[in-house]
Amino acid sequence: MNALSVRGLAKGFTLHLQGGTRLAVLAGVSLDVAAGECVALSGPSGAGKTTLLRALYGTYRADAGAILVRHGGGMVDLAVADARTTLEVRAHTLGYVTQFLRVVPRVPALAIVTEAAGAGNDAEARARDLLLRLAIPPRLHGLAPATFSGGEQQRLNLARGFAGAHPILLLDEPTAALDAANRATVVAMIREAKAAGRAIVGIFHDDSVRDAVADRVHEMLPLREAA
Amino acid sequence: MSEPLLSACGLAVRFGSITALDSVGAALWPGEVLAVVGESGSGKTTLLKVLSGRVRPEAGHVWYRAPDGERTDVHAMPLPMLRRLHRSDWGFVEQDPRQALRMDVSAGGNVGERLMAAGARHYGHIRDEAARWLAEVEIDVARIDDKPATFSGGMLQRLQIARTLVTQPRLVFMDEPTGGLDVSVQARLLDLIRTLVRRLGIAVVLVTHDLAVARLLAARIMVMQRGQVVEDGLTDQVLDDPRHPYTQLLVSSVLAA
Repeated sequence: MNALSVRGLAKGFTLHLQGGTRLAVLAGVSLDVAAGECVALSGPSGAGKTTLLRALYGTYRADAGAILVRHGGGMVDLAVADARTTLEVRAHTLGYVTQFLRVVPRVPALAIVTEAAGAGNDAEARARDLLLRLAIPPRLHGLAPATFSGGEQQRLNLARGFAGAHPILLLDEPTAALDAANRATVVAMIREAKAAGRAIVGIFHDDSVRDAVADRVHEMLPLREAA
Repeated sequence: MSEPLLSACGLAVRFGSITALDSVGAALWPGEVLAVVGESGSGKTTLLKVLSGRVRPEAGHVWYRAPDGERTDVHAMPLPMLRRLHRSDWGFVEQDPRQALRMDVSAGGNVGERLMAAGARHYGHIRDEAARWLAEVEIDVARIDDKPATFSGGMLQRLQIARTLVTQPRLVFMDEPTGGLDVSVQARLLDLIRTLVRRLGIAVVLVTHDLAVARLLAARIMVMQRGQVVEDGLTDQVLDDPRHPYTQLLVSSVLAA
């Protein structure tokens, strides 16, 4: 059963401040991802991998096509969903780990992950476990991440992304700033998420990580070359 | 909840030959933060005043849904009823806290006064609540009997927020709440507003010209230009994928630090 089904997705940008230049980035993209499956987006720089990921999350509004997401027993088309439906899908079904943490001033790391872990009594305990697993030591849990290193911020971002138990996870280069030991941890976490039936779409620049987690590769080419 | 707390349609306001609002609609659901952005003169503050019943539109309606589910036309309700709403269920945070606070009344008095206006009578309870809310907004409770005139700009704004939230409103209108404050003071205030609004489930209409403030606080955003809403959507949609030429100009004009 598909957790995510994309049909004929098109996305372009009209740059009004640059003479109305029209940049077509995605056209006719179709993609199915089953529960428990990991699909890696692959292709050269400029092929639209991050654009596709952002479109799947609803941040980039689709020009054409459908983004069907299995949500609460039915399918929701994020390409046409209203703002509140999209928020609802993001809260319960669709998680996104961006490459960079958008730092919220003054909110401690543990609170950021706990908030993502949901309302349950064990939310804080689960958040703490995730932070420890991603090698963020207890002395950092009570600190706001503004002073964290790049790798620590990325690991915090991963902890937040995995804490929510969303059935679908979008990962944008989740291991870009990590050392070998932490890369291995993230690979293990992605495998566990798959085993738990979560569907994953990711961009993995590290081939060894991609080979370790991806069931399939979705090849993408820049539109001009594809045409 | 499937019904909006506040909704508006077809709002029009003109000041002489200037169109301040032109067929503007909006909807706000319980617990939701909606940002209204645009530059000076775009009509965003006028919209806030019309939504909150302070300025009457020439055309259009604003509807408020009371806790009992009853929907009332904000501009058709009797004035005492509107005043009662503003004293308890609604709050208004002004850009300049001096406009909302009484500068010759103690900090605790400023907070307690709103509770009394909403019907509280027991002095001890009122003072306890005032002290609790000063602590919530990180003002040292030892300052409870000090007059606001001795407070810094950031403290005044936090005091105004304490005064507004003490009645546990369902809906708060905010007009540039962080405008005119130092950046470090802004960050603290933003975090405070974000935390309180989430914890208490308050719905907020937030007028700001600062896109970073909108991004941090609001789930949805409306972009206004010359009295019209030119674009709206989720905050990340509008700020990361702006479609209207004016929104693209706004987003591209932000200086990255």
